[in-house]
Amino acid sequence: MKIIVALKQVPARDSTLKVDGGGKWIQDADLSFEINEPDAYALEEGLQLKEKHGGEVIVLCLGPARAAQTIREALAKGADRAIHIEEENLAGLDTLGMAQLIAKAAAAEQADLLLTGLQSDDLGSGQTGVVAAELLGWAHSTIIMQVDKTDGGIRVKRELEDGWFQHIDLPLPAVLAIQSGINKLRYATLMGIKKAKTKEIKRLTAAELGSSPPAQAVIDRIYVPQKSKQTQILEGPAREVAARLVEKLKFEVRVL
Amino acid sequence: MAGNGISGLAQELASKRLDKVYAVEHALLGEYTPDGYTAALEALVRQVNPSCVLFPHTYQVRDFVPKLATRLSRVLVSDVIRVRVEDGALVFVRLLFQGKLNGDMRVSGPAPHLVSIQAGAYRAENVQTGSAVVETVTPALTPDQIRSKPHPPFRESSRAVDLTAAELIVSVGRGIKEKENIPIVEELARALGAELAASRPICDNGWLPMERQVGSSGQTVAPKLYLAVGISGAIQHLVGMKGAKTIVAINKDSNAPIFEVADIGVVGDLFEVVPALVEEIRKAKS
Repeated sequence: MKIIVALKQVPARDSTLKVDGGGKWIQDADLSFEINEPDAYALEEGLQLKEKHGGEVIVLCLGPARAAQTIREALAKGADRAIHIEEENLAGLDTLGMAQLIAKAAAAEQADLLLTGLQSDDLGSGQTGVVAAELLGWAHSTIIMQVDKTDGGIRVKRELEDGWFQHIDLPLPAVLAIQSGINKLRYATLMGIKKAKTKEIKRLTAAELGSSPPAQAVIDRIYVPQKSKQTQILEGPAREVAARLVEKLKFEVRVL
Repeated sequence: MAGNGISGLAQELASKRLDKVYAVEHALLGEYTPDGYTAALEALVRQVNPSCVLFPHTYQVRDFVPKLATRLSRVLVSDVIRVRVEDGALVFVRLLFQGKLNGDMRVSGPAPHLVSIQAGAYRAENVQTGSAVVETVTPALTPDQIRSKPHPPFRESSRAVDLTAAELIVSVGRGIKEKENIPIVEELARALGAELAASRPICDNGWLPMERQVGSSGQTVAPKLYLAVGISGAIQHLVGMKGAKTIVAINKDSNAPIFEVADIGVVGDLFEVVPALVEEIRKAKS
């Protein structure tokens, strides 16, 4: 199986975020970045499918130059090679613009599968895989908890709401948006990190892939949400806070 | 509304204050497939030519509406929590960075604009009654348009843990850092006489079984007390627990979105606060 895994670099989860001067994005100069966690599960699924059925895992990343770090980490975990669509101004693209670049780069590879995480931890649109599938003309399914190869294609286990699941048969090529928790993530080995240094990263620019349509949906302003609920905040030494909380649990919440 | 044999549901919908209900009916829409639903709704949208199409942000909508939008050369604005009009233009509010920030989105280009609305963003019971005309539409669908073959939905082995019945819940999130620390919150649950629950990442990592998960992909709970320990409060978690009578959150990050819904917030290190709390609860109970 030839498998492309589209992954994104996002600010580390525990980052303290500040709105930048323009008010349209965050100050990202001093942040540390990591692989978007849902995409890490997609990568792991790709690696496991390759281990079972043979083939190749290609990492595809749309992002600025700094995303090379995340690509190297994916290569260190076992991906065979990578394609980096270098674009410094992701904020200028909407979901269609991003998916178009990803679909164009993926189309050239003639792969069997394109895997992505369910959504990104930054924008959280949860659309890139599905939009790319439509642009590629491939079948797709989302919120996937299991992938098995069948004679004519694949059978996936799709998560429905409220604890329900469903199996779906799909022809290849297909796009799958992988649900977090589908597998157990691996760590890169020392050997893997060493090997990653020699693996191919093909760099493309957005311009090389053809012009993007003008963005239809753009972020006008970002801001810290206004609190709608009155929260009593307790702060101070742990022992003191615990005693005050127990008072409240006893006399206000009445559960003790 | 799309499906097969949905005239009863369409009539029910028509009893709301709406101008019109379209019932898109076809035998091939009986089972949901992204190919079938996209083709059927594409035809309807092209026929009706609305300025805006609103969807509920469900798993099913996430599965096909981005495809529908692309088919129509549009962009779906997904998971919107509020819509307002500013200078005559629509502004859609979304959560960004797992709820740490909000973003106002504006759309440009020709109608229709496609938008999916987060569950709970508006109150369903506020929809007034009325009587609308139902127009049944039969899209031209053929089996060869549908590439995926869905099988009947199923549940994993019945849930051994029913969190929905719990009066008191202690729930743990990523802040617990590693599996070896889980006993710290187990101890707290024991002291309170509460059920132990978790946010999705804890179950994804196998630190607690999936059946203890609260959130959009787990159980929806409404206990008297929900004590969230080290849970940042991603929306997927909040939808599963915001119906709790009292929410107490312990988190070291004072900007964590969980404090948006908490009645009582403890800003502090859970590894210090929780053991102290266990001790105080035992004292109060003895």
